[in-house]
Amino acid sequence: MTDITSEKAGPGRSRSTTELVRQGLARRNRKQKLLQGFGIAAILFALSMLLVLVGSLLSTGYPAFTQTHLRLEVFVDPDKVDPDKLKRGKYEEMLAASLGAYFPDVDMSSRTASREVTQLLSSGAEFNLRDRVMADASLIGKTITIKVPASDNFDQLNKGLIKRDTPEENRRLDDAEIARFDTLDAAGVISTPLNTTLITSADSRFPELAGLKGALVGSFWALLVCFVVSFPLGIGAAIYLEEFAPKNRLSDIIEININNLAAVPSVVFGLLALAVFLNWFGMPRSAPIVGGLTLALMTLPTIIIATRAALKAVPPSIREAALGVGASKQQVVFHHVLPLAMPGILTGTIIGLAQALGETAPLLLIGMNAFITSAPTTPFDSATALPTQIFIWADSPERGFVSRTSAAILVLLTFLIMMNATAIYLRSKFERKW
Amino acid sequence: MDDLEAINRDVDTNASKISARHVQVHYGDTHAIKDVDVDIMERSVTAFIGPSGCGKSTFLRCINRMNDTIDICRVEGDICIDGEDIYDRNIDPVQLRARVGMVFQKPNPFPKSIYDNVAYGPKIHGLARSRADMDEIVERSLRRGAIWDEVKDRLHEPGTGLSGGQQQRLCIARAVATDPEVLLMDEPCSALDPIATAQIEELIDTLREKYTVVIVTHSMQQAARVSQKTAFFHLGSLVEYGDTDEIFTNPKDSRTESYISGRIG
Repeated sequence: MTDITSEKAGPGRSRSTTELVRQGLARRNRKQKLLQGFGIAAILFALSMLLVLVGSLLSTGYPAFTQTHLRLEVFVDPDKVDPDKLKRGKYEEMLAASLGAYFPDVDMSSRTASREVTQLLSSGAEFNLRDRVMADASLIGKTITIKVPASDNFDQLNKGLIKRDTPEENRRLDDAEIARFDTLDAAGVISTPLNTTLITSADSRFPELAGLKGALVGSFWALLVCFVVSFPLGIGAAIYLEEFAPKNRLSDIIEININNLAAVPSVVFGLLALAVFLNWFGMPRSAPIVGGLTLALMTLPTIIIATRAALKAVPPSIREAALGVGASKQQVVFHHVLPLAMPGILTGTIIGLAQALGETAPLLLIGMNAFITSAPTTPFDSATALPTQIFIWADSPERGFVSRTSAAILVLLTFLIMMNATAIYLRSKFERKW
Repeated sequence: MDDLEAINRDVDTNASKISARHVQVHYGDTHAIKDVDVDIMERSVTAFIGPSGCGKSTFLRCINRMNDTIDICRVEGDICIDGEDIYDRNIDPVQLRARVGMVFQKPNPFPKSIYDNVAYGPKIHGLARSRADMDEIVERSLRRGAIWDEVKDRLHEPGTGLSGGQQQRLCIARAVATDPEVLLMDEPCSALDPIATAQIEELIDTLREKYTVVIVTHSMQQAARVSQKTAFFHLGSLVEYGDTDEIFTNPKDSRTESYISGRIG
């Protein structure tokens, strides 16, 4: 009898359990769906924001990737250039004479009339001609074809950024100027090739002559200094703290302070660098060496934290195995733990460097936002960096800098993406399973 | 039964290799090992058994000073190998661990080739004079680890690609590569299947010819199968130590009897 009742109670109880589970199931599934929905919505939102950002940068930045040029036939007048003093030639007048040929009704001997025509050209045009002649003095007395950049306003007109239907009094170019441009355009002089100046020259007051070379080279030197200083220091500090330091109050304090340092606003590091490197050590202002040292101060905590995490992730069994065969602690670290931690360390380092590449505030304080028209050749020369160059250009009133600022941001983002891609590649390449 | 008696006679003629006196171990505030005295015989297998947390692994790790790597761990008392105090100031743990090899619970080959796994110990201690010398050491060690035939054609493949049992035998080969006198094994079969376990046990029995083997095990059957001497630990104390068949057939202490018959553990 008792057997039968227990048999009945058994399935009965289990049925009610199933029942209870089924009742709650719909609610549980709904909650899970809701959570998934939130996740997908968040990702879509982030993606759309990214698209908006990149889209707006591309739409404002793309005109900067081309530049309006004029192709002129220039007679290199022997009367206007002394073969012994090629640098001092009157190249501007040669260009004016060449340009004047398209405007027979303009009296090129009159200064004001001539100026109205030559303002089509960038003020850098004469230097293009000068460089050509200086490279090859045999050109004197010949007629050569040369491509020179148009000045910013006409560049903007050509790209449609200065609208022809704007009332004349609100336009930067009057009708006569536009007419002169159209005359040249009709003559087939105007072309819009790729703007190589953006990469090959340094900063300039004139947008059509301004480029990122100084900033790229400056950023390169600064990052190199930053890497050379922060990588060995960071790894050394992390190895000591993680593997050798006794666990006591002092090492706890050091650890807390390293974590705090990682959270210190970057401008504070700039002030520190200004006080210590520039004022106390008397290092050169605006130099990538100082920029690199400042960025190294900032990157150091990132590298230490990433390295410690990577060292901690190496399974203790590997350490025990090495200790067990009689390796000293130093051998355990350098033969086994460090190689296994390397992918994580490299990833952390590259991410730290990518952060440093985009850092602006500390560089402003040590003067890397100066107006410098030549690219640095050593880390001790004055230079700008990519983010500070963007800062300078964003602050400039010329129309041409609007698109160039966006273009420079795109260049910076390209470098950041490349660095992060390298980090991912290194991580997957050196990752080992155990 | 005859076999066991033969082994016992064998053991009795052996000298004591490791002798521990008044060993105390503290982990912070925890008193993990309480006043343990033990003499471990040369060229024999000694098993440490006892319930989880009884201190048998802790005591094993005192013998090669592996506990030194744990900051909060303090070891008191004397442990001598061949009459020499291993906790003496003049003894470097590195030197000691070349003499006292260790095999761990989970197979832990380095993520390197099979060859490099075995060659690592001899390399850091400078035991091989030439490449040929090293090749010989690696082959001899792998043969002692009873794994040579399985890996001789793929010495340069990663050691982590082997099966669990093969990995553990590779670890044994790695441990014997430095030609130690003592081999410590911390539950070497607990992560292995029965077939791999049987292979390792067979190997342990042959290792006894050259080495003094100390094995920590959870399995009483294993202790009975491989060891000549057994020590039973309970709550940090050495409760009973004696010939294995004595301990299993005729334990003197009631706690030992309870553990063996499955009442505590």
